[in-house]
Amino acid sequence: MPLSWTRSGAVVELALGREPCNEIGTEMLAELEQFLAELDVENTAAVVVHSTVRGGFSAGADLRELHRGLLSLPAAEQGPAIAAYIDRIHAVMDTLDMLPMTTIGVVHGVCFGGGFELALTCDVLVAERSARFCFPELRLGILPGFGGIPRLRRDVSNAVVRDLLLTGRSINAKKAIAVGLVSQMVAPGEGLTAARAVAMQSTKFDRDALVTTKRFMKPLPPRAELDAEKAHFCRLAAKPALREALAKFVSSDDLRPYLP
Amino acid sequence: MSNSLERLIQLSSKRYGVEATGLHAEDDVFEKLRIDSFQAVELMSELEMEFDIEIPDYELQGVRSFGQLAAAIDKRRT
Repeated sequence: MPLSWTRSGAVVELALGREPCNEIGTEMLAELEQFLAELDVENTAAVVVHSTVRGGFSAGADLRELHRGLLSLPAAEQGPAIAAYIDRIHAVMDTLDMLPMTTIGVVHGVCFGGGFELALTCDVLVAERSARFCFPELRLGILPGFGGIPRLRRDVSNAVVRDLLLTGRSINAKKAIAVGLVSQMVAPGEGLTAARAVAMQSTKFDRDALVTTKRFMKPLPPRAELDAEKAHFCRLAAKPALREALAKFVSSDDLRPYLP
Repeated sequence: MSNSLERLIQLSSKRYGVEATGLHAEDDVFEKLRIDSFQAVELMSELEMEFDIEIPDYELQGVRSFGQLAAAIDKRRT
């Protein structure tokens, strides 16, 4: 089971544990939906999202599953299937984003693409020294499609968003702090401890004050932007460039297949 | 041996437990250190922090050896 969650008092820890690096496919999506359905919102002050796999927080969308899925469908059915999947994942990301509690993401190693988009739903990011953030989607002929662009734009300058998207380059934790994306950088292996301390702070506050402050300072990105991202994604995903890039990706043995 | 190459080899040796005397400019970084794609990502962060630089990924296309990596680092040192 790629996802598991545990409760300790008013703090819930969501562990991402899918090898090799928490690729987000239909199974992970279904389990995120299950987590959200089962989360006792009223009695939770904080959620800590962290990864238990060595490679990192998440390598993003499950490209191998996407490749297989597209190959298995007639051309006419591919567009609607992608649109339906994107609608589902947007609903999950929006719900995570708006949870009435403090959410803390713990990032180590790879935090790429859809994994980066998942991290961006969190209120506070704690990065271990090894963390590396990247949006490599343009290499695939698409753009981020899980709501990540409006969320990144909410948190950092438009120039930083353009730099990350248009170059596809990755940045380390120190740079992520410098641009305002990450709150704290800690030593390898210390991220969860630091995040638990942040979570404990939330348990000390009046719930109304906490939720009001979060709502005030972290509104959902404008619906028009989220919808526009979906539309751009679906249009680009219908083109041959994605299929060609996926075929190249699944057959590559390059150690750095993310390189733009 | 350039200063960057020497530091790169020392860091690699310490980080991945490989004898520094066995690492040379022409050696393939990934093969010699026996690192996977995730460790390659971590190595980039280590190097950037060690040298206090940023190395855009696109400048690493085709970079395989310690010498090439040291040259990429030197390009970014001011």
